[in-house]
Amino acid sequence: MSVDTKWTYDEEYVKEYSQNRGEPEWLTEERLTAVRLADKLELPKPEKTNIKTWNFTEFKHAAAPSESISDVENLHEDVQKLIDRSTEEQNLIVFRDGHSVYRSVSKRLEEQGVLFCDIETAAKEHSELLKQYFMGKAVNVDEHKLTALHVALINGGTFVYVPKNVQVEAPLQVIYWQEDPEAALFNHVIVAAEDNSEVTYLENYVSFDEEKSSVANIISEVYAGNGAKISYGGVDHFEKGMTTYVNRRGYVEKDGRIDWALGQMNEGNTVSDNTTVLAGDGSYADSKSVSIGRDNQSQNFWTHIIHHGKHSDGQILTHGVMKDKASSIFNGVTKIEHGATKANGEQTERVLMLSEKARGDANPILLIDEDDVTAGHAASVGRIDPLQMFYLMSRGLSKTEAERLVIHGFLAPVVNQLPIQAVKNRLSEVIERKVY
Amino acid sequence: MAASTLKIENLHVEIEGSEIIKDFNLEINTGEIHAIMGPNGTGKSTLASAIMGHPKYEITQGSVHLDGEDVLEMEVDERAKAGMFLAMQYPSEISGVTNADFMRSAINARREEGDEISLMKFIRKMDDKMDTLEMDQSFSQRYLNEGFSGGEKKRNEILQLLMLEPKFAILDEIDSGLDIDALKVVSKGVNDMRNPDFGCLIITHYQRLLNYIKPDKVHVMMQGRIVKSGGAELAQRLEEEGYDWIKEELGIENEKVGDQEQEV
Repeated sequence: MSVDTKWTYDEEYVKEYSQNRGEPEWLTEERLTAVRLADKLELPKPEKTNIKTWNFTEFKHAAAPSESISDVENLHEDVQKLIDRSTEEQNLIVFRDGHSVYRSVSKRLEEQGVLFCDIETAAKEHSELLKQYFMGKAVNVDEHKLTALHVALINGGTFVYVPKNVQVEAPLQVIYWQEDPEAALFNHVIVAAEDNSEVTYLENYVSFDEEKSSVANIISEVYAGNGAKISYGGVDHFEKGMTTYVNRRGYVEKDGRIDWALGQMNEGNTVSDNTTVLAGDGSYADSKSVSIGRDNQSQNFWTHIIHHGKHSDGQILTHGVMKDKASSIFNGVTKIEHGATKANGEQTERVLMLSEKARGDANPILLIDEDDVTAGHAASVGRIDPLQMFYLMSRGLSKTEAERLVIHGFLAPVVNQLPIQAVKNRLSEVIERKVY
Repeated sequence: MAASTLKIENLHVEIEGSEIIKDFNLEINTGEIHAIMGPNGTGKSTLASAIMGHPKYEITQGSVHLDGEDVLEMEVDERAKAGMFLAMQYPSEISGVTNADFMRSAINARREEGDEISLMKFIRKMDDKMDTLEMDQSFSQRYLNEGFSGGEKKRNEILQLLMLEPKFAILDEIDSGLDIDALKVVSKGVNDMRNPDFGCLIITHYQRLLNYIKPDKVHVMMQGRIVKSGGAELAQRLEEEGYDWIKEELGIENEKVGDQEQEV
């Protein structure tokens, strides 16, 4: 493949990059192992989407270090719109091209012993703790070429660590803003909540340049300990040129819980994997995602919940809106392993087609190796119901306005669940802009 | 305001190729309440939906005019903006859209840009109308009709009627599935609308609704058209004697339409 030959990031490069960042030896080693693997491994093969010609390997890896920004007002205007400035307790990190440029963390958070910092700092200052979680139970470096490339080239990310029994009330917000249109983002996020703790994390991925092309290769590892609760919100909105691989993984122990709310609004080609392992008895996962496909965009979404624990409960909701000539494949997989008695898995995939030239596939899959379980799925692909339109228009709403309401309503399950009003508003605006 | 008139002439309506409404004629003025009664399957609901522009019904002949304006030329939303309203028998459920957001959009759709109803004014009005209909305040934040019981949907239709204040409302079997208390509440809502600038067409097959909303005129529909008209006393007689006497009087064997095989 032609793109492979342009691959210029070798062991030497990776070693030097790691050392320049002052990383601990274990991390340098992980990167070196990964870069060797990346050479050998194949790209992933997402169901019904051919990604062989997508650009995952041509990019500028290290953007120029950027100066930190002391005031929110100096951030890009559209970045500012994601920030609620009225809140009393603000926990926010803003990254520009992988570098943390703005950080505001409440005293309370520090007093509670919560770590909320960029991954570069975590590697230097909390090396042992980071090591415990890094590329842990949720994800493996050798899954395919992209996971290996990711580990080799991590250049940004966040580490969140919540100690036992600590409840973090205010949401932790992170904005990953790509300013240099050629810079790639290899972002690694870890959210680890120890037993009986609670935390809400919300991330935004944004870029504003439509022309140049680059790559985002993102992995999140999310660990909910016994009885821990994590609410994880994400809004992805990279511009056209960005090819994205985003892999958000969760691992839930006994009676723990992860709630995902993902607004997947990228303009470029995207492969998304959102997998949660319900390891412990009584564990719970709720995976909600919404997306809009437009122009010639091709996307593949994979939402997967794997049940090991008895009485584990997994809920999947995927809603997609398809326009123009866009193509999206929505795969929902509920896997219940042998021994996961009394597990319950439910999933819904719905695709709203706004154009005859668009393609949207909903593939609900139940894989069940245990008898004593309950599971169900619902899937539909179709246009807006003409009777809904008749109803709304009979109250005086124009066709456009009626469609607008139906579409916003269709995408509301994720919008409503996001914990920060500014991000909600912004997502609604993005939806508005994408649909009309 | 001068009285408005809704005039339906020689209306013929088909659904999937079979003719349901045949030569239907009716004129309603604002200030009047008309009731259309009739057994099941005589075309009453088809009439209501067709006038509003339901996508499944095809009007093959005839006309509907609102103060001289050709209603059938209008899009569905234009009919609403011209002052028409249909309280539906089976309103759609719209997930993710709250009742309040929907009603505010509907009110603003009738107003000029820049002249939108203020949020405070809207909330006051909605609270007020919900009180009239004895609806719990939580309804404003529930998704439009989603998970509503039959009775809740009917109340919600009448709530929209009170909020939107149309010139002409067609109430399609607004009484079906309501218990007597709910029926009284819904009737109160409609009676509150009663004024010289409001005309109403009530479609029902039970007389009991008309105990609470007194009609000026009552029409009996069979075979897709009006076969008899009268005052409120006609409804009373139908309640007491049923429809057979009309059929005998007019020599009608099968009052239904679009289903010739069906037994009477």
